[in-house]
Amino acid sequence: MTEENPSTRADAPEPPGPPVLTLHDVHVRYGGSHILQGVSFDVPATGVTALLGRNGVGKTTTLRSIMGLAPRTGRILLQGNEIQAQRTARIVRGGIGYVPEDREVFGGLTVDENLRLVDPDHGVDAPVVARLFPDLVTRRGQRAGTLSGGQQQMVSLARVLLRENALLLIDEPTKGLAPKLVTEVADVLAEVALTTPILLVEQNLPLVRRIADRVVVLDAGVVVHRGAAADLVGDADLTRELLGVSMRREGAA
Amino acid sequence: MSDLVLLLVTGVGLGALYFIAASGLSLIYGLMGVLNFAHGVFMTAGAYAAWLTMGALPGTWPMAGRLVIGVLVAVAVGAVVGLVVEVLLIRPLYRHHIQQVLVTVGLSLAGVAAAQGIWGADPRSVDKPAWMSGTTELLGARLPNDRFVYLLVALGLFAGLLALLHLTRLGLVIRAGVENRTMVEALGIDVHRTFTVVFALGGAAAGLAGVLHSQYAGAVSPAQGGSLLIFAFIVVVIGGMGSLTGTAVAAVVVGLVQQLANYYAASGVGDLSVVLLLALVLLLRPTSLKGATA
Repeated sequence: MTEENPSTRADAPEPPGPPVLTLHDVHVRYGGSHILQGVSFDVPATGVTALLGRNGVGKTTTLRSIMGLAPRTGRILLQGNEIQAQRTARIVRGGIGYVPEDREVFGGLTVDENLRLVDPDHGVDAPVVARLFPDLVTRRGQRAGTLSGGQQQMVSLARVLLRENALLLIDEPTKGLAPKLVTEVADVLAEVALTTPILLVEQNLPLVRRIADRVVVLDAGVVVHRGAAADLVGDADLTRELLGVSMRREGAA
Repeated sequence: MSDLVLLLVTGVGLGALYFIAASGLSLIYGLMGVLNFAHGVFMTAGAYAAWLTMGALPGTWPMAGRLVIGVLVAVAVGAVVGLVVEVLLIRPLYRHHIQQVLVTVGLSLAGVAAAQGIWGADPRSVDKPAWMSGTTELLGARLPNDRFVYLLVALGLFAGLLALLHLTRLGLVIRAGVENRTMVEALGIDVHRTFTVVFALGGAAAGLAGVLHSQYAGAVSPAQGGSLLIFAFIVVVIGGMGSLTGTAVAAVVVGLVQQLANYYAASGVGDLSVVLLLALVLLLRPTSLKGATA
């Protein structure tokens, strides 16, 4: 922790204490494509770690490989225990909550049914729902497929928060949302991060600046940068070099 | 008028048989994406199990009682066969759809051959309760009583499956799994256990269909399950794979079209008309191939 930053964010890239998650030399191949080419990094047990990079560098694939949803080799440790051979459901019950890209709510089920899949006894009546997502309580009987994108994102987030998690993996939660909803989602993430570490894939740099403590940057299937979020997002040259968000590399995929 | 009433009732009765045969197929495809060509073997197994059971029970017992016990045995045998097939043959090939098709096709051929080897290729007649062989006069038509039995059983199965899907935890997981089974797994739910249960459930329904079909035909034969399976597949595709209500509606439509075409066109045209109906539905509504919600 340094004195320059008055916020609660940790500026040190790697805080003391064992990491909650460790990836060691993780490879993912789909057919002939070698998507992850030896990804290694730690996710500290507190705060938000943002996983950044241009489109197509393997951010979503990294999350899917952790969840056992992509065919992977290498070692993945959750709180020191190897999970790379486990099936997805076991990994989730072992403590990793996963909010996928595009929300993936069950459109034919009601809001309450979506939540009861995870918490059969409470569903939308669970205290965390009333606290963080009051809108969902009033829409309990509505089919999730008829909700707006922002509301579906809240369902997707609420679903994982009904479980005790050691770590949350959240993939582009603000994709396609209006600015007001982006703020709402960010508020929820900031509050959740007080108690549960988050590995966040996000393209929205102002949001990363606001809630992330650390960043891991991928390029072409390998980690090319690790450090404090403020250092990266505050440095225009570095941002341009690593993320391609500049006139020169605009639209690079 | 009496002809039409007769055709409608027999058509709906036939549709009821198709629904019983197709319901398990539809759930299995909807949840697991498995096109189960072995479903016909499950039906044949149920039919033979009931035939053997009814033959082994004392002839002094009332026929209806022996049939009820035969049905219970058929349902149990169908469930066990479904469970064993899922665990031994389908589960190791999860996500390998071509191999699953090959295995289930192979099983359907092997099942027919095994039945032929043990009981011979010829149809063996089954006993039928006297009341089911009789008719009831309604609106001037003499309606075969067994069609009412098929209809009642199908309605009971439909109501039971709907209750299962909408009132139980298992049903919630099935409905979610039909939409997106990967996401069910990603919420920490062991969807493979659900697969096994659904396969056993589908097998039980197939066993039931097998014994009722043998009552309908008056005999059991090795290829019986396979011929009913063709219509069950047509019903499932028309109804939208994975949709139980769609399956029910499609089953009645297919039964009626077949019966009406056989009478008003020519005997044998019924089968052809069902295939034409399938082609028509696929041309006009190709989404029915993609599946729907349970």
